[in-house]
Amino acid sequence: MKNGEQRIEFTLNGDKTSVTFPTFKTLLEVLREELNLTGTKHGCELGECGACAVLVDGKPVLSCLMLAVEADGTKVTTVEGLADDARLHPLQEAFADCGAAQCGYCTPGFLCTAKALLDKKPDANRREISEALAGNICRCTGYIQIFEAVEQAAAKMAVKK
Amino acid sequence: MAKRTLRVGYPGNYREIEVDSPDAEPAPWDADSKLAVVGKRSPRLEGADKVTGKAKYTADVKLQGMLVARVLRSPYARATARSIGLAKALKMPGVKAAIEVEKEARYHGQAIAAVAAETEAQAEDAVAAIEVDWAVGEHVVDVEAARKPNAPRVHGGKNPNERGGEAQNTATEEACVTALKKSHATVDITFTTPVVTHSCLESHGSVARWESDGSLTVWDSTQSIFGVRDGLARGFQLPAEKVRVVKEHMGGGFGSKLGMGQHSMIAARLAREAKAPVKLMLTRKEEHLAGGNRPSSVQRVRAGADKDGKLTCLWLQSHGTGGINGGANCAGPLMSLYNCPVRRLWHADVITNASPAAAFRAPGHVQGMFALESTMDELAGKLGLDPIEFRKRNDQNEMRQAEYGEGAKMAGWEARAHLPNSGGRHKARGLGVSASIWGGGGAPGAQARCVISRDGAVEIQCGTQDIGTGTRTIIAMIAAEELGLKPEQVLVKLGDTTLPFSHGSGGSMTAPSVTPAVRAATAAARGRVFEACAKSLKADADNLTAKGGNVVAKGGASIPWAEACSKIAGANVSEQATRAQNFRGYKDGTAGCQFAEVEVDLETGHVQVLRVVAVHDCGRVVNPLLAESQINGGIIQGLSYALLEQRILDDATGRMMNANFSDYRIAGPKEIPEISVVLFDVSNGRTNTGVMGIGEPPIVPTPAAIANAVAHAIGKRITDLPITPDKILAALGKK
Repeated sequence: MKNGEQRIEFTLNGDKTSVTFPTFKTLLEVLREELNLTGTKHGCELGECGACAVLVDGKPVLSCLMLAVEADGTKVTTVEGLADDARLHPLQEAFADCGAAQCGYCTPGFLCTAKALLDKKPDANRREISEALAGNICRCTGYIQIFEAVEQAAAKMAVKK
Repeated sequence: MAKRTLRVGYPGNYREIEVDSPDAEPAPWDADSKLAVVGKRSPRLEGADKVTGKAKYTADVKLQGMLVARVLRSPYARATARSIGLAKALKMPGVKAAIEVEKEARYHGQAIAAVAAETEAQAEDAVAAIEVDWAVGEHVVDVEAARKPNAPRVHGGKNPNERGGEAQNTATEEACVTALKKSHATVDITFTTPVVTHSCLESHGSVARWESDGSLTVWDSTQSIFGVRDGLARGFQLPAEKVRVVKEHMGGGFGSKLGMGQHSMIAARLAREAKAPVKLMLTRKEEHLAGGNRPSSVQRVRAGADKDGKLTCLWLQSHGTGGINGGANCAGPLMSLYNCPVRRLWHADVITNASPAAAFRAPGHVQGMFALESTMDELAGKLGLDPIEFRKRNDQNEMRQAEYGEGAKMAGWEARAHLPNSGGRHKARGLGVSASIWGGGGAPGAQARCVISRDGAVEIQCGTQDIGTGTRTIIAMIAAEELGLKPEQVLVKLGDTTLPFSHGSGGSMTAPSVTPAVRAATAAARGRVFEACAKSLKADADNLTAKGGNVVAKGGASIPWAEACSKIAGANVSEQATRAQNFRGYKDGTAGCQFAEVEVDLETGHVQVLRVVAVHDCGRVVNPLLAESQINGGIIQGLSYALLEQRILDDATGRMMNANFSDYRIAGPKEIPEISVVLFDVSNGRTNTGVMGIGEPPIVPTPAAIANAVAHAIGKRITDLPITPDKILAALGKK
């Protein structure tokens, strides 16, 4: 480990992972640049758009505002870790089916944020969905199809249970 | 040319016309065509890639030995760099190249120099180490200040800041004054709209790599791969075929990524200098400062109507600023939408020390429609006419006439009079309407190739780009329709300049330009498959059709698609087609209209849009799921423009004060109304597919419909966008 570098161990998408990186790097940068998980996106790097949202210990976190050193010992889930092997998460299926991913750039952040909501509140209504997603910006879809996708996923998950 | 009779029009109003279509092309689809794939809701083919993080954007490209670039931008709105010292920066750790870009800075954020280094942090440090000896000049960013005779000249010397004047073929002032004098009702209102930025989620960016043979490969977040290719070829004086531009997925463009951006040139120059690939992605702040914008407008509209509710005069005197560029004209709707005997346009672009404008979803039309349709409501009020009735009396477009009927029913227009008092305490509701108008008929020249292999695999190659709109999916649907297959069975290759040429994706042109070429190429390749398998079916190739995954002979004999393809001599058949000129069909442009219902909080001035009803036509709808998505997105961008967005420049420093997403707010999940979309299926007989574009039409009427709804709710008209709470309270006399 070079001077000015840091090593952390954490659970990334279910796998024990250790990574060494310059200490100043954000979780977003470490995910994308050191671990090659480019699903999580840069949008503003000021915590204003939600494109970089990931789950840290089950809670949605803007990875552009979190230093990677803070992730030591945590469980991090990115969009790459939402599917169960080859089986897509119901939210992923619904986003694809409903046309909720248009250009798709904001999609990973929306998926992670929506997963945190449904994990906590599986029967969330439209108002609760828009409240939970209020920190995520989409410039293409007009959000309607995103809301529909979250509702469709929730319905599917309720049937499964 | 073959003469073909087509049934064109819309449900309840069809007629037969004769068109000339190229002999080699399949018979154009019309109202009687029974299609199996086209017209069905079909999710995007790349949906799985986009929801798993597999979809690769320019920002995700990672190459061996790739460097990261950062740009030094002018902190001044007007300054000259007497010298740009790169020596110190070049000695910084990890720095591999540094270049000068421009010495004359004419706006805050203009690129001055750039650096490539091994890491982003190193590049940022090196940019900070560049030494510039600035001579700061005088700037002007306010549009009215820039018009004054003693204002600093933005482009120096004798170049005036104000450019333009009276439009050609326009009525004289005297004619307007006379017409207005004779009118039964007149209005004279000045409308203003702000500069707004595109705010694509993925910023502009490029990755450039020089190959060992001296050719250049660039991955670019662009709406126009061939535009970037040609720009780079010119910039480096290379033959076009020495430049390859690739774009698989991109995170939004909305017009700001048409043509080559300066960042592409900077990345390629740095890569050449450093002898290594270079990635340059703009930051959010740079995106606001230099990524393009929609020009502002100041529109004085004088209009009149007679006692029968017929327009007598439309007179627009306007100016606006697109920064150091022109392009602020917004007269399109006023000059084309309504019948009017006397029409006058005087417009000037005002040059200011602000970043250059770029095309932005329906350029000019969004600003212009806000002014025109606000004016129409005011005139209707003075005439005592229902706003829709007044519009219908002056609109000869039969599609829009029918669309008003559909929309009014869905929006509850009949009960409109009771709305203002139905919001409860401290709230007022209103319902407004606006027309839409746009072209979107597409252009000739787009090419596509269809390759069908002996194993039955089908590949469409087309050098267009899918900018998120679903181009990949509709190409597959068109080909699948021709071949009797499913869209998933068609592999679509696009986003690469080594493929057959296609235009940039702007002007709602992609679907109408590309689909006829795809259909013609696929039909030709299918013909070759029919020739190859005709013998096995004991039939003439002319008597074969492809449907349900089979090739079927007239008598009923059939073989599966893959078996038919196995009869191909050689590895495959390959046919290319070029999109023909539009036929003289039914209608040239698209119509459309929208209704907005709002609730205004009379205590806080907050406006919530409750519902939008959008009725739009775009010729043959290939995929309603994608078309609705475009409409929803256009409406929300229009809502955002009407209520939230504005770039704020500080007069004293010329700097942008809100170059982020906290201070430059765009509509988020909580601003979203209920949206009802009505797709008006029109058989237009203009090409072999009859498809038209829907990218731009849905943003055109939204701000006007919302403004009209607000005026209906509170009984006062806000003429200055965005309609923020302070303006509502001021209008209500509460501030």
